[in-house]
Amino acid sequence: MNSGIPVQYFLILATVMFFTGIYGFLTRRNLITILMSVELILNSVNINFLAFNRYLYPHKLEGMFFSLFIIAVAASEAAVVIAIIINIYRRFTTINVEDVNEMKF
Amino acid sequence: MINFSYTIWIPLLPFLMFILLGLAGHKLKPKLSGLLGTGGLGIITVLSYITAFKYFFTSEKVDGAYQKITALNFTWLQFTDKLHIDLGVLLDPISVMMLVVISTVSFMVHIYSLGYMKDEKGFERFFAFLSLFSFSMLGLVLATNIFQMYIFWELVGVSSFLLIGFYYQKPSAVRASKKAFIVTRFADLGFLIGILILSFNTKTFDFITLTNPAGSAIAQGGGIVFLGLSVMTWSMIFVFMGGVGKSAMFPFHIWLPDAMEGPTPVSALIHAATMVVAGVYLVARMFPIYALSAPVALNVVAWVGAFTSLFAAVIACTQTDIKRVLAYSTMSQIGYMMLALGVAGYGGHEGLGYMASMFHLFTHAMFKALLFLGAGAIIHAVHSNYMTEMGGLRKYLPVTHITFLIACLTIAGIPPLSGFFSKDEILAAAFHSNKLLFAIEYAVAGLTAFYMFRLYFSIFWGKDTQYHHTPQEAPATMTVPLIILAVGSVFSGIIPFNKLVTSDGKILESEIELMIAIPSVLIGLLGIGVAYIMYRKESAIPDRLAATFKYGYKWAYNKFYIDELYLFVTKKIIFRYISDPVAWFDRHIVDGTMNTIASVTQNFSFRIRAFQSGQLQKYAFVFITGAIMLAILFIYLWK
Amino acid sequence: MASIMFILFSAMIIVFSILTVTSRKILRAAVYLLFVLVSTSGLYFMLNYQFLAAVQLTLYAGGIVVLIIFSILLTSHISQKFESSGWKKNIFSAIAAITGAILSIITILDYRFSATNEAAKEVNMRLIGKSLLSVDYDGYVLPFEVISVLLLAAMVAAIVVAKKGAPKTIGLPKINQE
Repeated sequence: MNSGIPVQYFLILATVMFFTGIYGFLTRRNLITILMSVELILNSVNINFLAFNRYLYPHKLEGMFFSLFIIAVAASEAAVVIAIIINIYRRFTTINVEDVNEMKF
Repeated sequence: MINFSYTIWIPLLPFLMFILLGLAGHKLKPKLSGLLGTGGLGIITVLSYITAFKYFFTSEKVDGAYQKITALNFTWLQFTDKLHIDLGVLLDPISVMMLVVISTVSFMVHIYSLGYMKDEKGFERFFAFLSLFSFSMLGLVLATNIFQMYIFWELVGVSSFLLIGFYYQKPSAVRASKKAFIVTRFADLGFLIGILILSFNTKTFDFITLTNPAGSAIAQGGGIVFLGLSVMTWSMIFVFMGGVGKSAMFPFHIWLPDAMEGPTPVSALIHAATMVVAGVYLVARMFPIYALSAPVALNVVAWVGAFTSLFAAVIACTQTDIKRVLAYSTMSQIGYMMLALGVAGYGGHEGLGYMASMFHLFTHAMFKALLFLGAGAIIHAVHSNYMTEMGGLRKYLPVTHITFLIACLTIAGIPPLSGFFSKDEILAAAFHSNKLLFAIEYAVAGLTAFYMFRLYFSIFWGKDTQYHHTPQEAPATMTVPLIILAVGSVFSGIIPFNKLVTSDGKILESEIELMIAIPSVLIGLLGIGVAYIMYRKESAIPDRLAATFKYGYKWAYNKFYIDELYLFVTKKIIFRYISDPVAWFDRHIVDGTMNTIASVTQNFSFRIRAFQSGQLQKYAFVFITGAIMLAILFIYLWK
Repeated sequence: MASIMFILFSAMIIVFSILTVTSRKILRAAVYLLFVLVSTSGLYFMLNYQFLAAVQLTLYAGGIVVLIIFSILLTSHISQKFESSGWKKNIFSAIAAITGAILSIITILDYRFSATNEAAKEVNMRLIGKSLLSVDYDGYVLPFEVISVLLLAAMVAAIVVAKKGAPKTIGLPKINQE
């Protein structure tokens, strides 16, 4: 099924997605959109894992299980992050990351 | 063996009193704190007398010589097995004698101060400082080793500084206290160097070991020669330098006249009777080393003493501030003592000078304290220090007048007062040693009589001065010490010092040598007679004399410009050519380096402080950029 | 066929990723994210990881995106438009991202990937279940247990952190409140 597509394509796709996530992480102000960027980054990594697994080590399952665990971690991370965002919103009445800068000099 | 361990309380009690008055003095009523201080000193006086009695009359003698008794000794600072500093109490004839002198004079001064310092601000502070001084002085004379002595030596300097500057609102007093401290401190540097050389060669601080004439300490170090003198001689000269500073000998005498800015009781106690003789005591304490191992140093002592006594006596003849006259007189008398030590030898009849010096120290403490306290009473009554503003006071101050007269006669060496005996011994010792020194001392004896009676006649006789308010005799707290000290001055001459305090502890046979005694009395009388003619009534003679010896008089009046010389050397030479460049270097190079580092760091931190912005995304940006850069570096540039 | 699917999915992923991070309406961004995730699961199908694709769909698309949308509703006005962030920031971030991307892509293209000749293992549910509970060399029971503990901890943490009325022990300190 995958014979026609070189592995590099998957990797390039993942790279583009990854750096899009990075760009979002650096530019978005809203904490929730930052969270979305992080999800993008995680997904790109997942794609990488699976592509490697399928193309280079098809007799093993490490990549798949890693992706599985990453999805689980991402889920718990999202839950905690959203709890934190809600807490920050209560305290600062904003979730703009630039306004949450108590930890400065 | 008698137990002397209680003597630890003699220095300790004033110390406790100092702590008490110093810490809680402002909470007590001034009168109470004064009485406390005086009471403490009273106890010490009693203890000292008991100690003296027990030591001189009941302690065992070996070979007919008084023994040095270490009543108490403990290691205070242990550096190594061999190097340790002890504190303790050493009893020997001179320390016991000094105990008596210090406690008596100090007690008298305490009582006197109750009256003199009444209603002064800082009354309790004054008594606290007096207690501190008593503590340090007693610790000094009881020291078992030279380092303990040095510690207390400095403490004495500090308390002297505090007491001279007692009127700290008066700029002149502050100046004087600084001057005294710096000058004596400078001299103490020599003392410290001397101690170091001495103990390096002898491997001990302990007095008993050091001054044992048969011991090994004295023999050591004699072989090493530096600049033509043995190391021992050098060390003893350096040690003597400390004595020169404390005892206000030439050339470190400049602080003493200025120290008269302090309250008069302080002058009596510290700058006449006790502290200034510390130098004499020091030489006496180290005497066996001087006599047996460093005769050149002893010669130095003799000549410095002789020169100072003459020099100070000449200046004393021209001064008009009565306390300054007395200060110069003190210098002159201490010069006498130094001279007597300088011409003495160790043991036997050679030791006459040593005995005479101690004897004179004792009697001088009595009559000079009396003179100062009398001067204090006069100043108290007249509110002036200058004898030109006094005259005819005998009618107003009868008690002071009589006691002052006794003191003047004593210092002039008129028999049978105590000064006669002690001075005679000194003259005899000088006569047997060096005729030139003897001649100087003869001249000084005459000068002494002259300037003392100049003082006496100008104050109590002379012109009838009109006073703003009639001078009144001082209260009993002030006159009683005067009377007691007058009695002491009259009768202390009969104390058989030749049996008690001698260089080797044995009895010294001495008698009054008429060939020396009679001329000395005569020259004293001559001095008195001249003073009588010149100052008994108002007369033009002094002015004419001053005009005749215009330059001499001017030089003496200005103390031979020694102060100016010092100022010139320090300000014009040391400050300008050494201190200023050093200060410049310190301020610009040393400080500058540090300041530059500090300000660069500060500026830099202010610049980079913005990095710590609290902006999450900035951090992330920096992190990612850095990661990318590292990746570039490692993948492409670092092949 | 496969390449068409791949082009389709990758195009969707790239376009919606970019839209996710640039959209100025937050709810739209969330929806774009959803598209990205769905496309990703399509890629997983393409790679023959059906189970993982299903997990991706349920957990990401069904769980996390819903969670995100809930939190958006809690904290923002849906109609609210973000003011665009500063152009400087955008430019520099873009430069960094593009540089990084180019760097990675060059590296990827440079590298000679070598595949093994081993026969591919068929991934079916039985194998996954056995592997997850196996203690063998190929077993994943330890990470499985760890991840279960992590999930529990995250659940508890989320509740505690988000709970109202307990700011004394958690959240930011009160120092600057006065």
